[in-house]
Amino acid sequence: MAALQLREAIRAAMVEEMERDAGVFLIGEEVAEYNGAYKVSEGMLDRFGADRVLDTPISESGFAGLGVGAAMAGLRPIVEFMTFNFSFVAFDQLINNAAKIRYMSGGQFSMPIVFRGPNGAAGQLAATHNTAVESLYSYFPGLKVVAPSNPDDAKGLLKSAIRDDDPVIFLESESMYGLKGDVSDAEDYLIPLGKARIAREGADVTIVAHQKSYWRAMEAADGLAEAGYDAEVIDPRTIRPLDIETIAASVKKTNRLVVVDESNPFASFSSEVACQIQERVFDWLDAPVMRVTAKDVPAPYAKNLIEYYMPRTEEIVAAAKKVLYAN
Amino acid sequence: MAGETRKKARKPAKPATDGEAEGNGVSAASRNGHSGAAAEDGAASGADESFIYYAPGAYTHEELGFSGDQVRAMYRNMLLQRRFEERAAQMYGKQKIGGFLHLYIGQEAVSTGSAYAMEIGKDSVITAYRDHGLGLALGMTPNECMAELFGKVGGSSRGKGGSMHYFKKELNFYGGHGIVGGHIAVGAGIAFAHKYKGDGGVCLTYFGDGAVGQGSFHETMNLAALYETPCVFVIENNEYAMGTATDRAFAQTDFYRYAHSYGMASSLASGMDIFSVYKAMSDHIALARNNRPSILEVRTYRYRGHSMSDPANYRTKEELDAMKEEDPIIRLKGYMLERELASNEELDAVDDEVKQEVMDSVTFSEESDAPPIREIYEHVYSQTDYPFLTD
Repeated sequence: MAALQLREAIRAAMVEEMERDAGVFLIGEEVAEYNGAYKVSEGMLDRFGADRVLDTPISESGFAGLGVGAAMAGLRPIVEFMTFNFSFVAFDQLINNAAKIRYMSGGQFSMPIVFRGPNGAAGQLAATHNTAVESLYSYFPGLKVVAPSNPDDAKGLLKSAIRDDDPVIFLESESMYGLKGDVSDAEDYLIPLGKARIAREGADVTIVAHQKSYWRAMEAADGLAEAGYDAEVIDPRTIRPLDIETIAASVKKTNRLVVVDESNPFASFSSEVACQIQERVFDWLDAPVMRVTAKDVPAPYAKNLIEYYMPRTEEIVAAAKKVLYAN
Repeated sequence: MAGETRKKARKPAKPATDGEAEGNGVSAASRNGHSGAAAEDGAASGADESFIYYAPGAYTHEELGFSGDQVRAMYRNMLLQRRFEERAAQMYGKQKIGGFLHLYIGQEAVSTGSAYAMEIGKDSVITAYRDHGLGLALGMTPNECMAELFGKVGGSSRGKGGSMHYFKKELNFYGGHGIVGGHIAVGAGIAFAHKYKGDGGVCLTYFGDGAVGQGSFHETMNLAALYETPCVFVIENNEYAMGTATDRAFAQTDFYRYAHSYGMASSLASGMDIFSVYKAMSDHIALARNNRPSILEVRTYRYRGHSMSDPANYRTKEELDAMKEEDPIIRLKGYMLERELASNEELDAVDDEVKQEVMDSVTFSEESDAPPIREIYEHVYSQTDYPFLTD
């Protein structure tokens, strides 16, 4: 095991896949000569050359569409968005083309493309730069959505995403790029998409949380342990397809569920999990499913407001205590 | 340092005046007006904008190296599209076809002229939603095309794409796209892949005049020129974006001129003469083979409304009648008769044959099964065990 930053783990996955398959290339704003806006692609231009690591103009619709065409023609593009907030400019390419062309062509054309970049809030950036997109993109059949919480998962999942013949939205985080963690040094480290990870076993309440929210959930589990409650924390890792079986099995054991998600709450990932759980294991639930999410407003700028906007550890503890009927 | 090497390797900034007309390898053809405005422009700006006008009647089949057999095959290819569309309109009226139906009638010289200029199977094609003509011109069968309109499993997309979404992978036909302008960037990506793989192919990307207003068009022109992708962008200017005439939607209605902003070559061709289209397309493909993207504006005309629900009241009967006199199929027929490449009887026989082929496609489509319900979950993902939320 080697300790890598999240950015290094993502880079390692891209480098390995580019070494393995000449059809894989990286394209995006500042990915080449600038070495990546967040240094994720540092050194890749020197390693692979300008034919395979391409800087783009600020032209998300254009280069996302170019990636779609290249994928249809048999290449495996990795398209980097400087942040997924900018992917909205390319929405048509992701939604109408990447997600649907396989279906509309009756399966004739595959879409082996990865769109990756930071997702969600990154501090005082206000409303246009703080959107969590997993709920949005996972709405669309045809797309897969991955949102890892640590370097090890990021590496194994990104390698799988690059090899996947379907379009994958791979979500990272500005505020987590420096996060260090042990990463498997297995020769060809692949984690299958669609498999959740039970990060902490517990008997009293299940907490589902991914990406940044995962770390808040782990803090909350510590707090709950101090109060005498044993929380099970599940990191879904992949949002679509969702490993609802693992979550349902946990709820059958704990009979209580809290979902944490930094998306806005309306029609979101947390509502989806809550709905599916009541459909599947209603009889095992001893309390309503609770959600801890971003507030139902655009992200604010002021420090105190953005801190209040995001899911906080104390909110998760409070939600867990509520479903535990504890005071 | 690697950084310096990269900077040196960049292409030099192209001056605005670099004598593109000669570089094209295109002789200065007649610039007499299909459109008055265009003709004036051609004369004024030809030297510094690589502009050339491929006028109707400017070329003979001998000059272009075609045999009589080839000309007859071209005629058949165009006529097949015409008869297919006429029959599709009738089937739409009989409610055998649902959704939207956009007919290509009047624009057949563009598709067929292109099909003869490219290397089918090596080169790629992508177009917008008015896609039946190009599909048939490239070699899609009337059976799979008509069955797709009928929503049957015998259709090219097994009934999942419909009129606007024809695809045929074996022919490198990349669709068939329903969102105006959305596929232009995809075309540049297909061209990018040709260059990346070094397979010598080019991508022909077709779209209508209306798409020029989309950001995707301008972003793609910039990217294609920047990356020097082997792409020909073909603007099929039929003078109306749905019901809006080009001069009501665009400050600049000479669309070939946009190429200048992106340092690309461009030209204008009559879309009513297959030989003009063929010659223009051949020249543009030659540029693309050398990784020079370009814009070819083809002035054409659709006889029918935008779709089946459009009576086309925004144009006069006189305008329509005038354009019908320039009909690309009637023009080629006249050319063949005049040059004794075929007799009236022979051409009538071709028509009968094509009509029968289209009627057979209707029969095929009637008899083809509707897609089985279980297929609704197929082809969403390549993953075969995807856990859909099912009822």
